[in-house]
Amino acid sequence: MALTAYAIIRLRNLFAVVILSGIFSLLAALLYVLLTAVDVAFTEASVGAGISTLLMLATLSITSEYEKKPAHSAVLPILIVVVTGAALIYGTLDMPLYGAADAPANLHLIPRFIEQSGTEIGIPNIVTSILASYRGYDTLGETVVIFTAAIGVLVLLGRGHNRWRPGMRKSVTPEDREEEV
Amino acid sequence: MMDLSVEIPGLFNYWIVIILMMAGFYIVISHGNLVKKIVGLNVFQVSVFTLYISMSKIDGGAAPILDETIKSYSNPLPHVLILTAIVVGVATTALGLALIVRIRDAYGTIEEDDIIELERTDT
Repeated sequence: MALTAYAIIRLRNLFAVVILSGIFSLLAALLYVLLTAVDVAFTEASVGAGISTLLMLATLSITSEYEKKPAHSAVLPILIVVVTGAALIYGTLDMPLYGAADAPANLHLIPRFIEQSGTEIGIPNIVTSILASYRGYDTLGETVVIFTAAIGVLVLLGRGHNRWRPGMRKSVTPEDREEEV
Repeated sequence: MMDLSVEIPGLFNYWIVIILMMAGFYIVISHGNLVKKIVGLNVFQVSVFTLYISMSKIDGGAAPILDETIKSYSNPLPHVLILTAIVVGVATTALGLALIVRIRDAYGTIEEDDIIELERTDT
């Protein structure tokens, strides 16, 4: 995954970058299977690797496929990234060890979910029980977010591409653009 | 699978997450192309998901699907949260890409520097 991320940073062909990000998502899904999060792996593979990549490819087909060479030097971003990363690694030193059963996140409420959800909800998959029942309002909120995003996309794209609108440059018509290219 | 989880030393999972997170962060702040920025945000997002999922793993724990023969399960709550987060992430990605298409309509480019340049010559 780190290699894929590095390739995404270096490559300037956006088509390759988008396909690599799909591969990145699939590798993440594989990792989730290894970490026994099978439901998350399903979702990541179908939604993260599938739909995201598809949306990006659709965007690329409308816009350009190549990235310009960056005009600024990369020193300042690298410095910021290294400093932030070092601070975060320092922060992990207090974190519970990998796989620890007594980590704080695993103690509160979770044993109750595991013991009771089978009799209370009647579904063997605990993740489904929590998603649909115990934390049903979260899922409601999620649907609201998706609905809002869908409305946003429709408002942004729904009225036809080439009509002039307030805020749009009158001088830049599609023909001008093609001449520039 | 079991062997793998034994070999991984204690905090290694967090460090992997941080490396991936910083890769995404670097893409977002150093590249001017807007599609590339969205890809960077996705990388960042996946690293956060991995952080949560790796915290939910318990040594010897099985996938959280009830069965008589299994004694120990992984923590199911982070799985639920990340399921929600993945779907919300795709929604925001779609919105960002729609914005990019509109920006391209308005400016004829999706490079940040070009857009700033156009704005400057305009005023």
